[in-house]
Amino acid sequence: MSVVVTGLGVAAPTGLGVDAYWANTLAGVGALDRISRFDPSGYPARLAGEIRDFVDEDHLPGRLLPQTDRMTRLALVAADWAFADAELTPSDLPDYDIGVITASHSGGFEFGQNELRALWSKGGQYVSAYQSFAWFYAVNSGQISIRNGLRGPSSVVVSDQAGGLDAVAQARRQIRNGTSVVLAGAVDASICPWGWVAQLTSGRLSEHDDPRRAYLPFDEDAAGHVPGEGGALLVLEDGAHAAARGARVYGEIAGHASTMDPAPGRDRAPTLQKAIQRALADAGAVADEIGVVFADAAAVPELDRAEAEAITKVFGPRGVPVTAPKTGTGRLYSGAAPLDLAAALLSLREGLIPPTVNTRPSERYELDLVTGEPRRAHPRAALVVARGHGGFNSAVVLRAPDPS
Amino acid sequence: MSAKFTIDDLKRILREGAGTDETVDLDGDIAGSDFEELGYESLALLETGSRIEREYGISLDEDALADARTPAALVDLVNSHLAARAV
Repeated sequence: MSVVVTGLGVAAPTGLGVDAYWANTLAGVGALDRISRFDPSGYPARLAGEIRDFVDEDHLPGRLLPQTDRMTRLALVAADWAFADAELTPSDLPDYDIGVITASHSGGFEFGQNELRALWSKGGQYVSAYQSFAWFYAVNSGQISIRNGLRGPSSVVVSDQAGGLDAVAQARRQIRNGTSVVLAGAVDASICPWGWVAQLTSGRLSEHDDPRRAYLPFDEDAAGHVPGEGGALLVLEDGAHAAARGARVYGEIAGHASTMDPAPGRDRAPTLQKAIQRALADAGAVADEIGVVFADAAAVPELDRAEAEAITKVFGPRGVPVTAPKTGTGRLYSGAAPLDLAAALLSLREGLIPPTVNTRPSERYELDLVTGEPRRAHPRAALVVARGHGGFNSAVVLRAPDPS
Repeated sequence: MSAKFTIDDLKRILREGAGTDETVDLDGDIAGSDFEELGYESLALLETGSRIEREYGISLDEDALADARTPAALVDLVNSHLAARAV
């Protein structure tokens, strides 16, 4: 059986909603800027990809506001948009036939920060009762489930950036097990002092102040990434179920694999290449079928080299167009890969590969990196790659819908 | 006797701590409505109780709080605590 994508809900620094995001992504719009959500002057990294045009009260009921972190608010709205895009009303489905599986990088950090501050400065009586769940990893799945009555298989996956793909893979498994529809993906947001300090410990944040020179994967000047907030949620559906209701299909989740890198200090190579090859095998695809690769794009020289090597070993030097539109949004942690899936599906539909912005590709990586203008192409399949801090690798193969 | 707790105080605290359901007019005659009909689940009432406790310097019994199913009942409960403290 096939598992297809029938709806996209996008909340990105470069656009709220699929249409705005896609138009800006094709135009190479960059949303990286100095942080406005708190005063970053005392921190070594001061840029982020913020969502600045989201007015919470315009989208969410008043009862939800006191109990939700920013990432949950964005996720709830992205979920609404995904179902609307799929023209699917969850309550129309039989009970237990629709679930939600999200990934999370850090839970609701800003909510947690505020309540811990209240605990520390005023005492336990001042901590919101909603702290009991609002900062949990699983809270986006939980709140989306409650709001939409999704009682089918639901869970959360935590594997940093790779989690965005792993959640989609888990949704695919549940659909193969008999659930008709699963909303899957991730929305992360932790641009607050506590979240920022936690992210700084990775040592991978860019300390540049020029938004056009701060996040430069596969560039000689690569020196870390700029974090962003947002992500995407996708309506995944049993292909037969989608066909029966005449749903528009963006594409098929054709293959997935995830691997773990060897522990640091071991004399073994990283395993991203294996993840890519196994995802291709899972899709029954050969490398030549892949018309575009959406890269993880760490912008740490050693990690860029590892990714470029994995790609060139599978596809050959400059053997496949590669792009990283996340250069315009910053790295969205678990939200990044679902957003890349959305962009990849739109690429398959429209025959346009969006550009990587700001990067001047280094020759040493031997990648055919799409920069400047979007590239006209007709990919029938796409590969999306994501890596998480601590050795997580994940890859998903997407196929365009059968033209018949 | 110390300050009395009114239904308007309760409405203010509900708004601050738990928000309001758009389909409910909190300014209407809600004193006898069940909290659940007003869109407030047990966690919302826990948060509301906690805010009342810290603002008024009282301690509400958890069972009694759970038994107060309407705004009127909760207002009475709080006032009985305030009265007991004033004695």
